[in-house]
This record gives sequence, C-alpha cells and structure tokens, in this order.
Amino acid sequence: MANYKMHLLVCGGTGCRASASDSIGESLKQKLEENNLREEVQVIMTGCFGFCEQGPIVKILPDNTFYTQVKPEDSEEIVQEHVIKGRQVERLLYKDPEKGEPIHDARKMDFYKKQIRIALRNCGFIDPENIDEYIARDGYFALGTVLKDMSREDVISEIKESGLRGRGGGGFPAGLKWDFAYKNESDQKYVVCNADEGDPGAFMDRSILEGDPHAVLEAMAICGYAIGADKGLIYIRAEYPLAIKRLKIAIDQARQYGLLGEGIFSTDFNFDIQLRYGAGAFVCGEETALIHSMEGDRGEPTFKPPFPAESGYLGKPTNVNNVETYANVPVIINKGAGWYSKIGTEKSKGTKVFALAGKVNNVGLIEVPMGTTLREVIFEIGGGIKEGKKFKAVQTGGPSGGCLTEDHLDTPIDFDNLLAAGSIMGSGGMVVMDEDDCMVSVAKFFLEFTVEESCGKCSPCRIGNKRMHELLERITQGKAEKKDLQRLKNMSHVIADTSLCGLGQTAPSPVLSTLQNFWDEYVAHVEDQRCPAGACKELMRYEIIPENCVGCTACARKCPVGAITGERKQVHYIDQEKCIKCGACVEACKFDAVIIK
Amino acid sequence: MAKIKSLEDLKKKKEDLQKKVDLRERADQPEHFVQIKVGMATSGIASGAKEVMDFLMEALEKRNIEAVVTQAGDMGYSYAEPTIEVTRPDEEPVVFGYVDTKRADEIIEKYIKRGELVDGILPQNYRTIDEE
Repeated sequence: MANYKMHLLVCGGTGCRASASDSIGESLKQKLEENNLREEVQVIMTGCFGFCEQGPIVKILPDNTFYTQVKPEDSEEIVQEHVIKGRQVERLLYKDPEKGEPIHDARKMDFYKKQIRIALRNCGFIDPENIDEYIARDGYFALGTVLKDMSREDVISEIKESGLRGRGGGGFPAGLKWDFAYKNESDQKYVVCNADEGDPGAFMDRSILEGDPHAVLEAMAICGYAIGADKGLIYIRAEYPLAIKRLKIAIDQARQYGLLGEGIFSTDFNFDIQLRYGAGAFVCGEETALIHSMEGDRGEPTFKPPFPAESGYLGKPTNVNNVETYANVPVIINKGAGWYSKIGTEKSKGTKVFALAGKVNNVGLIEVPMGTTLREVIFEIGGGIKEGKKFKAVQTGGPSGGCLTEDHLDTPIDFDNLLAAGSIMGSGGMVVMDEDDCMVSVAKFFLEFTVEESCGKCSPCRIGNKRMHELLERITQGKAEKKDLQRLKNMSHVIADTSLCGLGQTAPSPVLSTLQNFWDEYVAHVEDQRCPAGACKELMRYEIIPENCVGCTACARKCPVGAITGERKQVHYIDQEKCIKCGACVEACKFDAVIIK
Repeated sequence: MAKIKSLEDLKKKKEDLQKKVDLRERADQPEHFVQIKVGMATSGIASGAKEVMDFLMEALEKRNIEAVVTQAGDMGYSYAEPTIEVTRPDEEPVVFGYVDTKRADEIIEKYIKRGELVDGILPQNYRTIDEE
C-alpha cells in the first residue's frame, strides 16, 4: 500500500457534485499525476461534509485545511502551492462570517466546534464506495460482536438502555419497537429501512446513505439478528440516484466479504438486503403506507393497530426504522449503551442531525447533542442570520412541525421540549426565517405541500386541508374577514383530531403555531389588508415618494406594463390598477424614490 | 475478495487497513500525537527536505510511533535547511536545523522517544499571532 503523506478529501455529496466536485477530484488527480505525486498524495471522494452553503468543499489532511467554493481550475494552484510548497491557498480558505478573516485550521470553525458526530461520523471522512475504509473505522465490529458475544435479548436490552428514539419523526423508543418485532413469532420476519425522506429541506438520510452506507447495512443486520429476520429491505425514493448507487456498491462489497449473505461470521445467521424504490410521495414515509407501497399497492396508510411489528410487509412481523436511527446502532453496540445515554437530555438521548436551511449564514447539515439550544444552533453553528437581518422564527420538523419564535431560542432541543413549545422534532428540518418573511405565507407554503402530498384516503385531510389552504390564500390576498381566523383554528383542530395518519394529524401544525405566535400578523392581513413583512404581493403597493423623485424616467422606461407616468424632470406616478408588482421600478430607481408599502 | 469468517478475521483486516485512515484520524486531534512539520519551501526541497520527510514517515511507522507529519512553508531558517519542527504532546515546539536522514534518525531515537535534546536546535525567536 502506498504511504500517502497527504489526503485530499473532496466532497462527493449531491450538493457539491451539483457544483462539479467530480471534476475537481479528477483534475486534482491529473495535476498530481503531472507532478509525479500520485504515490504520495491520495484523493478521496467522500460523503457530505455538511457545510453545503460553501460547497464544493476540499479538505486537506493532516493539516486540517478547509477550502470552500473550489472550482476545477483551482486544482493547479492547490497542487502547486499547498501540496508542493506547503502554503495554504489563502483565497479559498473558509472565512469567518463575522470577522471576515480566513480560518487556517478547520477545527477552529464555529460550524464544527459544537457538533458531536455519531450518525455522521464517517460522512466526509471515508470513501463511501470502499468497504475497507469503513472497516478501518471499526466497521462491522458491532455486527461481529453481537453475533459472537450477545444473545438476541442482550442486543434488544442494549438498544433499550441506550434510550435511542426513532429519528424519523415519531420519536418512538427504538429498543421497544425491536422488542415487539422480536416477541411476535413467525416463520418469516423483515427489517425495513425507511429512506423515504420527504420533508422539504431535510437531507440527512440522503447524506448518510451517500456518505456512510455500510453503517446502515450493518445496523440492519444487527436488527435482523435481534428480532429474528433474515431479510432486509431499504425503501428509498428513486429521486436519490447517488444514494442508490452507493447502496448498491456497498451491498455488493458486503456480500463479497461475507458480511451479508449466508452464515455471516461463520454463525448460522443469514441476512441479506434488497432495495425497494419509491416514487417520492411524502405519505410513504408513514410506515404502513411505506409497506403498502413496497408490496406494490397504492401508498396509502392503514389504521394502526395492527402495527408493523405484528403484521407488516406481506403480513409478517416487520421492524421499520429510519436511516438516521440505524446509523446510531453500530456506535451504541461498540461504545455501549452507557456511553450513548450520557449524551443528550433526560428523555432524549444521543445526538440529532439537523438540516439547517433558510435565512441563516451556514446552511448545511449539522449533528448536535440533544439539549443544545436553538440559539446555539442558529447563531453559533449557523453563524447567525444572513445580511445581519433580524431573526423572526424557525420552523422545525418540516410540514408537520410548527414555527418557534425568539421566546423559544433558549429552549434545549429535544423531543419533549419541542412538542411542549408547539412544534416537533420531526426528521430534523430547520428553516430559519428573518424579518422579511411573512408568517401567513410560510404557513400557506407548508400547507400547500401537505395538500399536494395528501393521499386522499380520508376526508379531513383531503378536503379539510384544501379548505384551510383556500382560507390562507384569501388572507394573503387581503380578502378574508376576522371570522376566518376563528374558522382556521376550528378546522385545524378537527383535522388534527380526525385524520387517519400522521400526515393529516400534523398538517395543521404550521397554521396553529403561527396563529398562536404571530396572531398580530394575521390580524394585520385581515383588518388592515397589510402584510407587515412586505411579502404578500397582493397587499403590496409600489409608490413613488415625490421628494426623492427627480424625474429621470428610468422607472417608466423599465415598467413592463406602462403603469408609470410622468414627464421628464417631473415627479412620476404609479397607476395601481395597471401595476403587476414586479419590482422592476425599484431596481431601476437610483434615488430610492420607489418604496414598497 | 476473501470472505471475513470471524471477528478475528475482521480485526486482522482492520489492522491491515488502519494505515488508510490513520492520517485522517490523527489529524482530528493532532495534539495527542507527536507533530512534525517539515519546511518544504524551495530552499528546503533543494537541500533534501523531501527525502527527510519520506524517511521520517517511513521510520516512524516502522518504529510504531504515532505521529502527524505535515509539510509547512518556509520557516525562515534558510541557512539551516532542511528544518523540521517537532512538537511532543503537551510540550513546546522545538525546531531542528541541518536535518539529514542521519540526524532525523537521531531525533526520532533521542528526542521523540526519550525527550533528550540533540544538536542542531535553532533558537525560536518569534511569536505567532495565535499567542496574542
């Protein structure tokens, strides 16, 4: 094996690949080749580093240099300067968003300081297409240990003691779920991995599958041993082609090593994994709908009980966990439940991965211990609000969650605290909003998503959410009455109480939480036909301040509908009837004379 | 590919593969290991810094010393190239000049292993902005 002096880690996650990280890897290799350095410097395509905002990322070890927004043409300079001469390429270094100073050592980045990486431990560290790198990181040791030294009951009680709760949204204790599947006797059982990640903005499951697929395979095998199943199925959306590709490679390599298949580790334990593709319907993240979809039926939920642990895939006992939950399992076995349960809060153990999105400086994927506050996540790891604007709200848990305000910033994040605050953990989406975001529109956006994704099976969800959406539409157009707000509230409660599955039951959450936390904003829309954030188009008026207008005619010439009139060197006027609120006049005016009301 | 038939097989395989990620794992917390910086600017390379670095990496591995060897830019001691800076865990860095493979060997045996100083130490007469 070549003895490499330096490792160049190039992010090969979907985000960075979209900005040509593939060709960065290739051109780095080529430049190294030209300089006869292929034997000394290794280029590794890894999974996601989480720092997607500034991608593509290239990290250089052992000196912990973190290059951001790298382009293929930068590879010449990286090789000539950094690799050959040992000088960092200053202009590519990550810069502290507050001070603007380049950071020379990645370990000093605020983004990584507070993170503890368990589920993401190998993402951005190993080559996901090479099982050897996973094994070098203690991969498959947990499976080996379990098969050699632990009884099935031991495994289940270890998971129970760790306090691991389902990371897909529900937060149900994973050990308990395994126990149910274990106790239900049957000739055939199944282990299912839910990789149908559907929340807008959440991409932790995809990143784990792309960056560390073996972790999930190993955990599924451990689960199979514990509950007595020899077949595993990963339900993954076809919209994740890279994750699918890497899973296929991983399964293939594991089979070649005999880590999947028959007689694993020379025991009588058999386990194999297959992929099942979904079409990307949000409701199929619900476990009964997921199972129906795998069976070839319509992806519609059915009433529970019976739970899948009793009657799941093809009517057999089935354990369904999501990707992130499984990714924690090998670490729990290797380090022990005691180690794991020391991290986190009383009732929520371990860490949680969040997809940080919206108006925050460091958009990306982060993993923090449960109990970290929203303030730490948004302002320290996230680097604060973009362009120095004011924080307004954070939506957690995707379309099933709620909006939390400044008052909640110091709440330690865990399953129960978020629930008490009127939102949920969900799968870990976190969308940050600033003063320019209209909360009615935000609620409308999330509801629009659930309306589209509702499977239509039960009427509260199918009809109720549609009606609510219409009401919100009217509010944002300034056509609603005060009564409508009460109507919204009533409908929310009915839909939450009477829907069949989680999708419908939680669909009104964004509406309820914004009604509660931003009541004044709703009232302003309804009573004054005014959008305080200035975001609702129908309620906006573009006007010209006579004092500032010099009559340069720039706005009138730019207006696509001829709504602006006025002579040269005379104050101009906007005809509100004709105005389509495109904003072209604001951009055209050099004297700040056009304002939005 | 040979099948992995037991936990012992897996352990052996891991040991063989450990080298693949050693460099990356140590880079996460270099302060726990011996850190060596080799001055690799033009003058360093011209006087043989590359051979010294190769020698160090190979020798350290053979002698089972866990270390992080990085290349650095010019350290400013052009008269004494090749230069290397050695930091033992929790100790102040020491810079050695005129390092050839023979002296590198001596540095490993005496300073890195036992903390004994050897000839060729250069006085450190600057501060870095990190200390401010």
